[in-house]
Amino acid sequence: MTDIAGDIIEVVAKQAKADPAAVTRETKLADLNLESLDTIEMIFALEEKFDIEIPYNANDAGSAGINFTTVGDVIDAVSKFMAEQKGKPA
Amino acid sequence: MNRVVVTGLGVCAAPGKNAADFALGLTSNVSSIGPLTEIRTEGLTTLIAGQVKNFDPAAYFESNQLALLDRCAQFALVAAREAIAQSGLEFRNSGLGARTAAILGSGAGGQSTQDDNYYRVYGQHAKRLHPFTIPRLMINAPCSHITMEHGITGTSFVIASACSSANHAIGTAFQMVRAGIVDAAVTGGTEAVLTFGTIRGWEALRVMAPDTCRPFSVDRRGMVLGEGAAIMVLETRDAAMKRGAEILAEIVGFGATSDAGDIVNPAVEGCSGAIAACLKDAGLNPTDVDYVNAHGTGTAANDVTETKAIHKVFGDHAMKLAVSSTKSIHGHALGAAGAVELAATIQGMRGGFIPPTLNFTTADPQCDLDYVPNEARAKRIDVAISNSFAFGGHNAVVAVRRA
Repeated sequence: MTDIAGDIIEVVAKQAKADPAAVTRETKLADLNLESLDTIEMIFALEEKFDIEIPYNANDAGSAGINFTTVGDVIDAVSKFMAEQKGKPA
Repeated sequence: MNRVVVTGLGVCAAPGKNAADFALGLTSNVSSIGPLTEIRTEGLTTLIAGQVKNFDPAAYFESNQLALLDRCAQFALVAAREAIAQSGLEFRNSGLGARTAAILGSGAGGQSTQDDNYYRVYGQHAKRLHPFTIPRLMINAPCSHITMEHGITGTSFVIASACSSANHAIGTAFQMVRAGIVDAAVTGGTEAVLTFGTIRGWEALRVMAPDTCRPFSVDRRGMVLGEGAAIMVLETRDAAMKRGAEILAEIVGFGATSDAGDIVNPAVEGCSGAIAACLKDAGLNPTDVDYVNAHGTGTAANDVTETKAIHKVFGDHAMKLAVSSTKSIHGHALGAAGAVELAATIQGMRGGFIPPTLNFTTADPQCDLDYVPNEARAKRIDVAISNSFAFGGHNAVVAVRRA
């Protein structure tokens, strides 16, 4: 879990051009100034890194149980999709 | 300055492969959006579209001509034939051809040709491609084929401004006829992007609705792709009246702006600016307008922004307007959208009805206009505008008046 959380934080921080050390589970995506296209690009980067599908619809951000408010939300969602789609515990 | 009228209208889109069937589709209260059947869908998550179904190219084209025609050119030619036949104008050997412009809008050009050939070269490692690959896929090809088939030798070109392409094309053709630069114009838009690769690209942007297109509803989930063409013949009102041609509508104004902001998200200022510029160009007061054919894509961003823009321009009159998005009927035809939607507006004007916003459930609290939900409305339209607000921040609005 820790390694994956760290990897996810790196992806998020890279997208936000932020220092990974300053990003925690509690960090709000809004505070990282991630705009709509940044979020979509970040999700793509996560899908590529972990080889998963994240069914995110920009028009309906709450669909498929996705609610990306904090970095922790992203970590939990990616972990969930990895467990579901790759059949291995995250 | 000439007054500019429409004397020919041709349509080939999901609700109908001619203008009359298209008008029936607008009043049927049944969406033409349905399961994607015209292409392979394995590996796609978007399984719906507004397709031109049961379109048999061989019914319209000889094999030697067809070899040069991408699906987008086929739609354009079918619609152009109908429009030009209705106008009664003869371009070839009449002298009029040299005084006529052909200006089309297309967002993407020959996508099925490109998709098929990329698949061959990258996927199947084909050693050679068909020699017509480039002439089929080039974005200007549909316009060229119209000039070739009808002997139009005046200026001709295609405008690409994504989802505003057709409105820019119609607006430019209107300005040229109005200014007397040409005597007539064949204009409109065409698009055929329902290919595996293109749809994958749209899916990646995360804006596609999985269920259907429900503009302005609180539970809308995005856009649904469409395809097709609509073509109009424009000429001066004087010329049309002199030869006793039937006038379908008058084009009275065109306004365009650029957001100069976000590449995909629309801006109230840009959208309202284009509407206001169009009204000014037409010499219309906001209270003159009866109907707005909205851009209404069904995305979270567009529908709220467009509603705000309409409020901004129309003030108190906004609540008296009928506003509908016919994309809920035919899908988003991208570079052809403005033409298909102006065709819908003109057919409503001529038939005494306002086409509805279908699939409407509950209004978004931020979308508080009269969206003509779910049922076509019997009502006379005297003046209407048709909005297109494209990716890239290109905004283009056309105003029409009842003939």
